Amino acid sequence: MSKILIRGAKVLGGAPQDVLIDGETVAEVGTGLSAEGADVVEADGKVLLPGLVDLHTHLREPGREDSETVLTGTRAAASGGYTAVFAMANTFPVADTAGVVEQVWRLGQEHGYCDVQPIGAVTVGLEGKKLAELGAMHESAAGVTVFSDDGKCVDDAVIMRRALEYVKAFGGVVAQHAQEPRLTEGAQMNEGVVSAELGLGGWPAVAEESIIARDVLLADHVGSRVHICHLSTAGSVEIVRWAKSRGIQVTAEVTPHHLLLTDELVRTYNPVYKVNPPLRTERDVMALREALADGTIDIVATDHAPHPHEDKDCEWAAAAMGMVGLETALSVVQETMVDTGLLDWAGVADRMSFKPAQIGQATGHGRPVSAGEPANLTLVDTAYRGQVDPAGFASRSRNTPYVGRELPGRVTHTWLRGKATLVDGKLT
Amino acid sequence: MLRHLISAADLTRDDAVLILDTAEEMARVADRPIKKLPTLRGRTIVNLFFEDSTRTRISFEAAEKRLSADVINFSAKGSSVSKGESLKDTAQTLEAMGVDAVVIRHGASGAPYRLANSGWIDAAVVNAGDGTHQHPTQALLDAFTMRRRLIGRDAGLGQDLSGKRITIVGDVLHSRVARSNVDLLHTLGAEVTLVAPPTLVPVGVDSWPCAISYDLDSALPKCDAVMMLRVQRERMNAAFFPTEREYSRRYGLDGDRMAKLPEHAIVMHPGPMVRGMEITAEVADSDRCTAVEQVANGVSIRMAVLYLLLGGNEPALTHARTNEEK
Repeated sequence: MSKILIRGAKVLGGAPQDVLIDGETVAEVGTGLSAEGADVVEADGKVLLPGLVDLHTHLREPGREDSETVLTGTRAAASGGYTAVFAMANTFPVADTAGVVEQVWRLGQEHGYCDVQPIGAVTVGLEGKKLAELGAMHESAAGVTVFSDDGKCVDDAVIMRRALEYVKAFGGVVAQHAQEPRLTEGAQMNEGVVSAELGLGGWPAVAEESIIARDVLLADHVGSRVHICHLSTAGSVEIVRWAKSRGIQVTAEVTPHHLLLTDELVRTYNPVYKVNPPLRTERDVMALREALADGTIDIVATDHAPHPHEDKDCEWAAAAMGMVGLETALSVVQETMVDTGLLDWAGVADRMSFKPAQIGQATGHGRPVSAGEPANLTLVDTAYRGQVDPAGFASRSRNTPYVGRELPGRVTHTWLRGKATLVDGKLT
Repeated sequence: MLRHLISAADLTRDDAVLILDTAEEMARVADRPIKKLPTLRGRTIVNLFFEDSTRTRISFEAAEKRLSADVINFSAKGSSVSKGESLKDTAQTLEAMGVDAVVIRHGASGAPYRLANSGWIDAAVVNAGDGTHQHPTQALLDAFTMRRRLIGRDAGLGQDLSGKRITIVGDVLHSRVARSNVDLLHTLGAEVTLVAPPTLVPVGVDSWPCAISYDLDSALPKCDAVMMLRVQRERMNAAFFPTEREYSRRYGLDGDRMAKLPEHAIVMHPGPMVRGMEITAEVADSDRCTAVEQVANGVSIRMAVLYLLLGGNEPALTHARTNEEK
């Protein structure tokens, strides 16, 4: 088996150390390790993190291969420092059967850029009416443990209650897209000062918060675990904080774009800023950063949502919702959390690798960088600053809100079980 | 002057007064036997209407023809949302045919802004109403009507609407007319009060430069003009108000309420009026109601806007006066 010596890396941002990879595992971590028989990667002060884990990715295959495929999506993931991604169920056909989830899982294995862990739909066809065969998806080769109708809210309280209860049998978790549907009919952006001026249909914060409030109470009542997708408002933070203080088993994620961007950008009517849940206000952004720092929000998840150019090169109302995020996530987190002093690199490893792997039960991911652990690693040049250029993206889609924006940090190397998927910023 | 007219909020006080003054000059053309100026001869303007609007389109068309522009009417009926790419493609197709200005009416808020700012086309863009966002020429013609009635045709030249108290009543939430008027009237120094049931006022309205009231009767004695907005009957099906009758009782303008207005105050309506809903026939047909006058003024305002956007800096009536001397 091949050996790789990563020399002088700040492991989780600590003092420089050498890390020796032997085959698929980390063999040794220390100083002055022998390079004999090993390929040497000079880390030269870069930060070494456990491979990132994204609990919320849209890979679009099967069905919308014009915007992304498992191959292009996992290459984008490797490029962004990820070694595992959870693929959302809103494909065509919907990932609501063992057959579809196994197909997506196998494609990930075959391509070998990043482990793909499919998320199963909670209800048949994401229609919110009838439970999908959750047990069959769990028992399939894909071993699904996370279930979500993401894109749609499981708004029927009884269906949500049953789903929460049912997955307890095999330790699953339901990830809720919290959006009260009646309050968000025709919604185009955050409801507030900007929507009032722009005349765009409002997506009120209460439509998210009321569902989260209901679901934490349901989870409490039936003793289940619930995960909140892309939490976006200051009010939602308060509810999750309260629920956690009561010992309710709730976890929550925030996207990089909700940590950085606000609804003021919608004044340009440029649909690249159209996303669901919508960009909120400065006050929300600050509350989300604080909540991620204090652990109220457990993880960062990208909600990587690729769309073809024509679905964004149009008037606002006609445009699709969503942003690509895998290749910029770590940079945005460095900009908003690390460079602001809210989180150190160990904290980033926790929010972007350890915790998401734990919530999704991604075996072999989100492990400490120490001897005997799987060599899922990512090396980050944190001193780098540069403009985002979507032309260089590995993703098939280019719908990033950061075009031309200067962001810090660049992933230079990614290893998936000891195999390099990214070397010097180039995919293998 | 701006290159496009997208939002009333983009106009400075001086821009707006210039447009109103130019419109007064244009209005003189309408008093002549031959209602035509050669100003935009050889220029092509397309009226790109994605939403049905006979009156606004005809008003723009009349304005364009009085300025001797070549006019193309393009009516793209149906949902733009269901065929997202069509706006860009349609606009580029029209520009390829050599269009100098696009007058666009679109159901999606922001569509004219996108057209003007996305690098899709080079032509000047005039917003003729977009979704629930803006309808700047409506606000201009309303301000023009107010200035004429409240200050005077000649006395008003060069003047803004400082100190005038304007009350706008009705479905503010869904109204581009209300948004445009609040912006422009504020710029022109007027004091605006919006009156509506709380369900028909947008969340976030507190940042607007105007006052909000839920009580029409208390607002009426203090205003120089009251503008009634159309209220669509369908709104009651979405629980914005209980019944048509209750809306009329609380927010409709009838003869008794009109009597509470100061003597000089006018009643305005952008049309089309829903008689018996927000306004009774008695009020609509009274001398104080300027609805028909607003339509006539609309042509003058649109002539002024197109002239200023496309005609450059020459005085509007140089040639016309020469013609008159013949």
